[in-house]
Amino acid sequence: MSAILRVGGVTKRFGGLVAVDNVTFEVEEGEVFALIGPNGAGKTTLFNCVTGFYKPTLGTVTFRDRNLTGSPPHRTAKAGIARTFQNIRLFEYMSALDNVRLGHHCRMHSKLWDSLFKTPFERSEEKRITEHSMELLKLVGLERQSENYARNLAYGQQRRLEIARALATDPKLLLLDEPAAGFNPQEKVELMALVQTILKRGITVFLIEHDMKVVMQASQRIVVLDHGEKIAEGPPVEVRNNPRVIEAYLGKSA
Amino acid sequence: MTTVRNFVRSNVRNPNAVAYFLMAVGALFFPAVVQFATGGSGDYLVGLAADGGIYMLMAIGLNVVVGFAGLLDLGYAAFFAIGSYTYALVASNHLGVTPIGHSLHVPFWIALFIGMFVAATAGALLGAPTLRLRGDYLAIVTLGFGEIVPRVFRNAGIWTGGVPGISALDVPTLPGWVQGPWVGQDFGWVPDFRFTSANLTAYYMLMIILIAFVVILVHNLYNSRLGRAWMAVREDETAAAASGVNTVSVKLLAFSIGAATSGFAGAFYGAKLSYVSSENFGFIVSVTVLAMVVLGGMGNIPGAMLGAIVLYFILFWLLPNAPGQMQGLASSLGLDWLNQSNPNGWPGIGEVVSRSKYVIFGLILVGIMLLRPQGLLPSQIRKQELTHEEPEALAAPRQLQA
Repeated sequence: MSAILRVGGVTKRFGGLVAVDNVTFEVEEGEVFALIGPNGAGKTTLFNCVTGFYKPTLGTVTFRDRNLTGSPPHRTAKAGIARTFQNIRLFEYMSALDNVRLGHHCRMHSKLWDSLFKTPFERSEEKRITEHSMELLKLVGLERQSENYARNLAYGQQRRLEIARALATDPKLLLLDEPAAGFNPQEKVELMALVQTILKRGITVFLIEHDMKVVMQASQRIVVLDHGEKIAEGPPVEVRNNPRVIEAYLGKSA
Repeated sequence: MTTVRNFVRSNVRNPNAVAYFLMAVGALFFPAVVQFATGGSGDYLVGLAADGGIYMLMAIGLNVVVGFAGLLDLGYAAFFAIGSYTYALVASNHLGVTPIGHSLHVPFWIALFIGMFVAATAGALLGAPTLRLRGDYLAIVTLGFGEIVPRVFRNAGIWTGGVPGISALDVPTLPGWVQGPWVGQDFGWVPDFRFTSANLTAYYMLMIILIAFVVILVHNLYNSRLGRAWMAVREDETAAAASGVNTVSVKLLAFSIGAATSGFAGAFYGAKLSYVSSENFGFIVSVTVLAMVVLGGMGNIPGAMLGAIVLYFILFWLLPNAPGQMQGLASSLGLDWLNQSNPNGWPGIGEVVSRSKYVIFGLILVGIMLLRPQGLLPSQIRKQELTHEEPEALAAPRQLQA
């Protein structure tokens, strides 16, 4: 196995606040890698550094041996990193199908000219991505909702639609920001099954999650952040028994 | 026959299809109907309609910027001016009196596209540094641009003819043209046809063709990957970027395409008027076109077109004629005394109406927006946005969380 993503000494400061402090780790290809930590530990900030929404103050982000430090989001997406958001961000007034079709944007080759004159190339490309979008909707169990506006979907459906849209960018690495937030136990089981399906498609999964059950079951390796610093790294069993992790979550015993 | 029937059946409940159909039929029969109704003296009205087409083109273009991509452009008339002046420079004797010393007479059909490209380039140049701004900031920058451009044209001295502008622009020519009852003559072929102010029907038909051309292209764009990207950027720029959309270049394209349409309309305007002056491209033009788009239905092409028709009709026919109509109404009701001015300060009903023209215009606008806040012919999305209530969960702050 080789590292698909290398986070090398990434630091992100906002004025005087150090949100992420010199964090280093590697995500191996084909694994489920989890990032955990108490609220405000800097998990989402780190995600934003990886996906190009923030430029790290210091450090590098290397993806498949390509330096992506500070690349804008659409470049990281094109390079093969897809993400979902902690607070779902769908195109609410676009249909579920259009949300997923939009995800194909960076893999499409129609030029302005093709769009203006609806060339045969444009038509066949549209047809192809529409079919592929339906497949992805089926994968997340939303094929019957394809014509509904994203905003009219149920909460769990919206989370899954966001994953389908991310998959449409044909990623090699999928970043899920708290995918199980607000899910009931049944939905969590379904989500874990979906994560397994995604893995089988050859996509590495990197997730932030608060639900320890999900994290322990789904992931092979875990990194723990606290106050922006990495305090532990390793397989779930090891991390669970790490005194520093217990302290970060439960506080110091007297 | 059955395919036709199926086509009709599947579109008859689609308001957009019906609107396109009615506008196309109306546009084709308008000159004949007008000539018939006025007993052959309707040339003026046909010409007025052709001028209305200029506004319609601009509304279609601004709809791309404001309606599709969600970028508020308050200086849209600047691109209209750039298109007009470009046409004026490449299709008149004017360059001969500038330091260049050689006048250009590019044929209308080519100059039209030169005007378009120059305006599109100006759009890209303005957009490149400013489209990183969001919302209100962009509106202010475009507002400034809209004010600067006409001033530059007014003060560029010999290059743009200064305050008097540039006159005697070339008119469009064609190798031939059909004449017929619509110009009050028998059917026939006119060789070496020149568009003149004596044959406004020709301008009108040309305008219809240009509009049809632009509508088809913009419609195609809307239903393409670019149209989808515009919608996505309008809905949520962050999510669009995360999904691999280069938001800056997509917005730049919207801005440029809008500018191109405006430049296209500007070139036609210069040719038809055969004269350009910086007086004709003020803020009021930008605002009128914006009002057409909003009132017609933002984000919907036939909506913007309908808005253009309605507002143009109100502004350039209803309001100018209102004083005369009121006087006629007053005298036919036997209230002739209303028409007389009296020493107590009553200036006569016609004068009162004429003075309060813009009050009436404002009241009509407010009335329409109260009755149909989503616009006359809204896009499905707009309709949803205005009728649905925001659920609590989605109303939560949407910034990136640390």
